[in-house]
Amino acid sequence: MENLVDIFVKSIFVDNMIFAYFLGMCSYLAVSKTVKTSTGLGLAVVFVLGITVPINYLIHNYILKEGALTWISPAYADVDLTFLSFILFIAVIASMVQLVEMVIEKFSPTLYSNLGIFLPLIAVNCSILGGSLFMQERAYNSLAEATVFGLGSGVGWFLAIIGIAAIREKIRYSNVPAPLRGLGITFIITGLMGIAFMGFMGIKF
Amino acid sequence: MSQDREPLFSSKNMKLLREPLDDTNPITVQVLGICSALAITVKLEPSVVMALSVVFVMGVSNVVVSLLRSSIPPRIRIIVQLTVIASLVILVDEFLAAFAYEVSKQLSVFVGLIITNCIIMGRLEAFALSNKPWPSFLDGVGNAAGYGLILVIVGFVRELFGSGTIWGYQVVPQQAYAMGYEDNGLMILPPMALITVGIIIWVQRYRNRKLIEEKQS
Repeated sequence: MENLVDIFVKSIFVDNMIFAYFLGMCSYLAVSKTVKTSTGLGLAVVFVLGITVPINYLIHNYILKEGALTWISPAYADVDLTFLSFILFIAVIASMVQLVEMVIEKFSPTLYSNLGIFLPLIAVNCSILGGSLFMQERAYNSLAEATVFGLGSGVGWFLAIIGIAAIREKIRYSNVPAPLRGLGITFIITGLMGIAFMGFMGIKF
Repeated sequence: MSQDREPLFSSKNMKLLREPLDDTNPITVQVLGICSALAITVKLEPSVVMALSVVFVMGVSNVVVSLLRSSIPPRIRIIVQLTVIASLVILVDEFLAAFAYEVSKQLSVFVGLIITNCIIMGRLEAFALSNKPWPSFLDGVGNAAGYGLILVIVGFVRELFGSGTIWGYQVVPQQAYAMGYEDNGLMILPPMALITVGIIIWVQRYRNRKLIEEKQS
């Protein structure tokens, strides 16, 4: 249990998707103009990461990993399919995004109209594929750990985009040098936020 | 007959190759593909390897998608594009693991993340799906080169100030250290990559006034 809390906190603050790895920067920069839309996108990311990371965990451990196919027959003990992981992960993500979109549309039209346009965009958000690849690289021990990692990364991304959106709403009233206006200042603010987040480094429970 | 055909390096085609280097740079103007660009720029070497990988993947995937453009059903085009890109990225990944193991360890998951690099998808959608293979190839290589250019600049600056080396060779003389010069440890940390890009954007827009954004009201 302690272990899970540790992974959760670490993936939110220390290994923050945006500030430590720059994943999902494209949508982060493009959508963070107002807090409202950022909240929608952030929630969608938490949601999709929370689903795809565990699924890819199962795929990795029962299909791709070396010796993972022994549950079919012991003869497959030295089959190593890890080279297929990119294609399988991205296929899972693309299809899960489609599926999630359809399910939400059916059961919660309000949530759907809030997330609506952002869901399809998420398939090409680097933080989603990044979550699965980090899960593979760090070799988590159980499904619970992988799920917690996925959710934590999503929450970290969510926090980051809300933060930058709030700052950008304010900065509109400031006198930014003309060549730095818009994109440039956003980069620099993100860098400063990142330095602040570095303060969490070394936190352990 | 032959007069209708455009020469391979006509000025229009060269423009496709040259424009992304400055006026329509994927990173600083189109804001595409920043995800994988920043994390691997601590040193010059991985930046160059990354840039070359992206040039390869973009050039080839643009040609492939452009060749397939009339037979891809529009509804499933994203999955088809992702599959094309993912197969190429697997090639690059296996190649790096075999011939440049050290660098491939440093790049870790970021090679895989070329798949979701928005530049590639963006250019496929915006250009390759509606153009012939040769212009698509130039567009792909041009954009990847624009991306690579920023990567190399950031990698150069961060390695020079962060570790005092270039491509692993010591350039800051030992005497400087003896006199009290110290490497800027902040440059190695991820946030400085963002600030460096911010400054590159600043310089570029200062020189190229037409890129300055309108003041939002």
